[in-house]
Amino acid sequence: MKELFLILTILAYAGSLASYLGFLNTGKQNIGRLGTVLLGLGLVAHYFALLERSRGLHTVPYHDLYGSMSLFGWLLALTYLALELLHTRRSVGAFILPFVLVFVLAAQLAPAARTAPPAASGIAFAFHVTLSILAYAAFALSFVFSLIFLAEQRILRSHKFNNVVWRLPPLELLEKMSRSSVLVGLIAIAIGTVLGFVWVDRLHEQARLFDPKYVITLLVLVLYAVYFQLAKSATWRGARASKLCIFNFVVVVMSFTVVNLYLSQSHRYF
Amino acid sequence: MEIVLIGVSHRTAPVEVRERVSFTVEQSKKAAEQLRARGILEETLVLSTCNRSEIYGVPPESSRECAPGLSLFLSEFHALGRDELNGSLYHHYDRAAVRHLFRVAAGLDSMMLGEAEILGQVREAYRHAHENGATGPVLNRMFQGALEVGKRVRSETELGTRPVSVASAGVKLAERIFGKMNERTALVLGAGTISEQVVGQLRDREIKQLYIMNRSRERAEDLAGRYKGVVVPWGQWNEALAAPDVVVTSVASEEPVLKREMLREAMEARGNRAIFLMDLGVPRNIEASAADLYNVYVYNTDDLTAIVEQNRQARENEVPRAEGIVEEHVGKFLSWQASVELVALVQALRAKIHEERTAFVRARLDAMSNLGAADRQRLETMAEELLEKMLVEPAERLRGEKELRKKIQSVEALRDLFLSPREKP
Repeated sequence: MKELFLILTILAYAGSLASYLGFLNTGKQNIGRLGTVLLGLGLVAHYFALLERSRGLHTVPYHDLYGSMSLFGWLLALTYLALELLHTRRSVGAFILPFVLVFVLAAQLAPAARTAPPAASGIAFAFHVTLSILAYAAFALSFVFSLIFLAEQRILRSHKFNNVVWRLPPLELLEKMSRSSVLVGLIAIAIGTVLGFVWVDRLHEQARLFDPKYVITLLVLVLYAVYFQLAKSATWRGARASKLCIFNFVVVVMSFTVVNLYLSQSHRYF
Repeated sequence: MEIVLIGVSHRTAPVEVRERVSFTVEQSKKAAEQLRARGILEETLVLSTCNRSEIYGVPPESSRECAPGLSLFLSEFHALGRDELNGSLYHHYDRAAVRHLFRVAAGLDSMMLGEAEILGQVREAYRHAHENGATGPVLNRMFQGALEVGKRVRSETELGTRPVSVASAGVKLAERIFGKMNERTALVLGAGTISEQVVGQLRDREIKQLYIMNRSRERAEDLAGRYKGVVVPWGQWNEALAAPDVVVTSVASEEPVLKREMLREAMEARGNRAIFLMDLGVPRNIEASAADLYNVYVYNTDDLTAIVEQNRQARENEVPRAEGIVEEHVGKFLSWQASVELVALVQALRAKIHEERTAFVRARLDAMSNLGAADRQRLETMAEELLEKMLVEPAERLRGEKELRKKIQSVEALRDLFLSPREKP
């Protein structure tokens, strides 16, 4: 059953990506709508895939790298869909869906833990992981928005137009969407981190005084808080803020990969 | 139930001719009334814009036969000599007339390919004619179809999305930066024709605040008065450049009016809030090096003309898709028209057969004096039932089966086969 949901998920996301690309290329609204519908179907199928996995493990379905990457893809798609409905802009879908697909497919290649370690349970753990991954997904979205901003701005300044640029969101909307995503990420990572400490506090025997993950998480928080402020300032608004946002996401990727896999003790599950 | 169209347009007549045959709303109403009163047309609709004057109608007889009368009427109505419209008038009948209207509504026949205004003008013309009772089932269906075609072409193709005038391209570019203009402010330097075109575009997009600055205050006030703008005294650059998101310049000046240093200071004062500068002056009104400033976007006439050319080509590329939509709807309309005509034909046939049956049965029963009244009645009923049974099924099939209607290529042939000219519906 889990495999069926996974196949449906991948097919729906791939179809959605194809439709969004078609929309970006042709401007046909019906193709864009199809992309949105397929994304919604993909989200539902993906949810059931995660649910099936959770039932098999008797815990949250993302205590390992496989699960966390899959959840990341799901939250990225979900957050994007919410933004698309809010701003009624579909042209960004073609840039987001590749990330969603890559994470869902990569999750299939990643080593999956057969059973969850005893510590990986409880409500604090569940919310800690969910909110942290939601934060990463929101930061990923702001990263994509910033990339699009820079590309569109480059085209507008160079006067070298193509068909696609007329369908992209306006620059100021991209800035706004990027800041909104960062705000969601900041709130999620702040609460998620507090819950992480609450969870660690309960595991007396396993709690460590220091973990490099704490430092990099704090760094991510500070960097995005700085971005959030600077993006509205006279000197930084526009391209400079977008570049900072891209740099910040590089740090997030480091936190998610290098730090989790090689440096952190308590986050090595992921 | 034939359709006729007569008209002149930018394709067949210069503006000197077009302006002489244009109709006001009142004239359209009057012309429609006269055409119906004189029996030239049963249904009629006048479509008059600055690029075309057309009369659509359903004549009582053959559409080709009514065309000369319609041409004469048009000349008489506008007090023109008979020959004055020679070479300018075009006639279309039936399928060609429907196709022409659908292409007009789609913007395919417009002077500026894909222009949006024509759909609104078709809608208005239809609304007036419908309210005045000048249209009937055929023109109602035809114009509703045209409005649907217009909407579909605009939503499913990019025929009308790309700006194809320098003014609209500039405003559309500003929207690439700021989004909708209704929360934005603009400053227009100059009060000439080009400035006015841009002001019109900005007003169409409901710009929040419009400032006009011109060396001649009088002309600035005139433009501001017409477009609800606010006049800013010439030369007060610091104040003028502090607020606007869009600045349009179109003034005659040998030297740039907006210099890099001036704009650098303005950007500093604005907190680097993005500014879009549309330089439509020749020689240029904005120093070229200002384009390097952070969050400053400068476009001059050549830049915008290049975009317009690119967009014009993109619109051309959309024509086959738009034509496809037109053809689809022409097919739908003709299918509807055929079904209506077939139903009318079947009704006429039934009436004729009923009449024949009555005469036939009566003649035969007269010779059967041995039959009582009840038997006679029974025989009449049986004959009626038999004929009804034979006619009901084909009638229902004609109503319901689109493919069957397509197979019957000519309703006229069926009419000729079964009905004499006197009985034709």
